[in-house]
Amino acid sequence: MALSYPLQVVNLLAALLLLISFAMLSQRRIAGLVTLFAVQGAALSLSTAIVAWSTGQHHLYYSAALTLGLKVFAMPYYFFRLIRKLDVDRDVEPMITIPTTMLIGIVLVIFAFNLAMPISQMSGTVTRSTLGIAMASVLLAFLMMITRSKAIPQVIGFLAMENGLFFAATSATYGMPMVVEMGVALDVLVGVFVLGIFFFQIRETFDSLDLKHMEKLKER
Amino acid sequence: MSTGILLQIAQTLAAILLAPLLMGWVNQCRAWLQGRSAPPLTQPYRTLKKLFHKDVVIAHNASPLFRFAPYMVFACMALAAGLVPTIANDLPFSPAADAIALVGVFALARVFLALAAMDIGTSFGTLGARREMLVSFLAEPALLMVFFTASLISHSTELPTIVEALAHKQFVIYPSMAFAAVAFWMVSTAENARIPVDNPTTHLELTMIHEAMILEYSARHLALIEWAVALKLFTYSALGIALFVPWGIAPRGDLYALPLAVLALLLKMMAGGAALSLLEAISAKVRLFRAPEFLGTAFLLGVLGMLIHFLLEV
Repeated sequence: MALSYPLQVVNLLAALLLLISFAMLSQRRIAGLVTLFAVQGAALSLSTAIVAWSTGQHHLYYSAALTLGLKVFAMPYYFFRLIRKLDVDRDVEPMITIPTTMLIGIVLVIFAFNLAMPISQMSGTVTRSTLGIAMASVLLAFLMMITRSKAIPQVIGFLAMENGLFFAATSATYGMPMVVEMGVALDVLVGVFVLGIFFFQIRETFDSLDLKHMEKLKER
Repeated sequence: MSTGILLQIAQTLAAILLAPLLMGWVNQCRAWLQGRSAPPLTQPYRTLKKLFHKDVVIAHNASPLFRFAPYMVFACMALAAGLVPTIANDLPFSPAADAIALVGVFALARVFLALAAMDIGTSFGTLGARREMLVSFLAEPALLMVFFTASLISHSTELPTIVEALAHKQFVIYPSMAFAAVAFWMVSTAENARIPVDNPTTHLELTMIHEAMILEYSARHLALIEWAVALKLFTYSALGIALFVPWGIAPRGDLYALPLAVLALLLKMMAGGAALSLLEAISAKVRLFRAPEFLGTAFLLGVLGMLIHFLLEV
C-alpha cells in the first residue's frame, strides 16, 4: 500500500460513488434521487480535481468545473423545477422489488470488478484500480434504467451512467480530450432539456409519466 | 501480564458502571433534539436503583428459565463488554474470544431473552420474540461482514489486533471501512432496538419488538435487563470506536497513554451518543416488513466493503 494520500482520497471518493449508485437503486422518491445525483456529481468533480492536482493534468480542472456546474447545480435545479411543475414526487414502486434489485446489483459489481481487472493492469495511470468501480457504477445505472418505469428516474439513470463513464475515462486515461468532453457535456445538457419537454408531452398523452403506458402504441 | 489482567478487570468494570451513563446521555440528547426538557444524566441509575428495591412479581406458569434469563443476558453482555478494547489494547481475555465469538455471545443473550419471552405464553411475548428473531437473523450476517472487512485489513479476527493494525500502524484511508461503517450503523440500530428498526420508548403493540419481549419482567429482573441493554449499547459504541475511530486507544504495554485514552474514550462516547440521537431524530421508524430490506442493505454494504477491499487495497 504505497499510494499517496491524494490518491487514497480518490479511492475513497470512488467508493463513495459506488455507495451512491446503490443508494440510487434503493431510493423510492424522485426528489431523493435528484439529491443523490447531485451528491454523486459533487464526488465526481472533487475526485477529478484531486486527480488533476496530483498528476498535473491541467485540462482535468476544466472538466471538474464543468461537472460541478452542470451536474451539481444546473441539472438538479432543473429537475427539482420539473418535479414541482409535474407534481410527481411520490413513492414509486419499481418493477422488480428493491432487495432483488440490490442483489442483482451485487452480482453486477462482482462482474464489473472481474471485467476491469485485466483492463486496469494494461493501463498506466495511477488511478487505474478505480476502473472497476467506474464500470460497476455504469452497470448499476443501467440496471436502474431497466427497473424503473417512470420517466424521470430513467433519465437520472442515464445521467448517472454518464457519470460512471466520465469516471472511467478519468481513471483509465486521465480523461478524454477536451473537445470530446465539451461535446459530451453539451449533448447531455441538450438531451436533458429535450427529455424535459418530452415529459410534458408524455403526460399530456397518457395522463401519467409511467412509460408502461407507451406499450399501447404498439401495433397489434 | 499482571498489568494486563488489571486493565482487563478495570475495563470491564468501567463498562458495566458507565453504561447507564451513556444511556442517560443518549436520552438527554434525544430529549433536547425533540424540544423536551431533558431528564438528568443519572436518570438510568435512579431507575435501576428503584427497580432493585421493588418486589418481584412472576406469573404462576413461569418456568425456572424465566427467572434465569435476566442473569444470563446480563452475564453475556458483561462478557461482551470485556472483549472489546475501550481504553487499552492489552486484553488477556481476547485470545479466548475473537470478533466472531463476540457475535455468538450476543446471539446467546438473544436466544435466552426470546425463550424467556415465549415462556410465559402471553401473545405479546411470543410476538416480540418472533419479531426479534426476524430482525436478528438478518442483522447477524451483516455484522459478521463488517468484522470480516476489518479482518481482511488486519489479517486477524481478534479485536486488539484489528485495533493495532488500524490505529498504531501507518495511517491509511481504507475505503472499504467507509462501507463497513454505514453497515455497522444500520446493524447497531437493529441490534440495540433503536429507530429506525425499533423504538425503545414505545409500548404500542403494532411496533414494539424489544419492549414486547420484556413486558412480563419486573423489579430486579427488569433492572438487570435494562442494565444489559445499556451495556449492549455501550459495547456497540465501543466496537464502533474500535473499528472506525480507534486513534487514542493505548497500545500494548504503554501505560503512560492511559489517561489520554480515557479522555479520548469519553469524548468519542459523547460524540457517538450525540450522533446516534441525531440520526434517530432525523429518521422515521420503518414498517416491520421493511426491516428485512433495511438489514439486507446493511448486509449488502458489508459485502461491498469486502469487494472494495479486494479491488482497491490489495
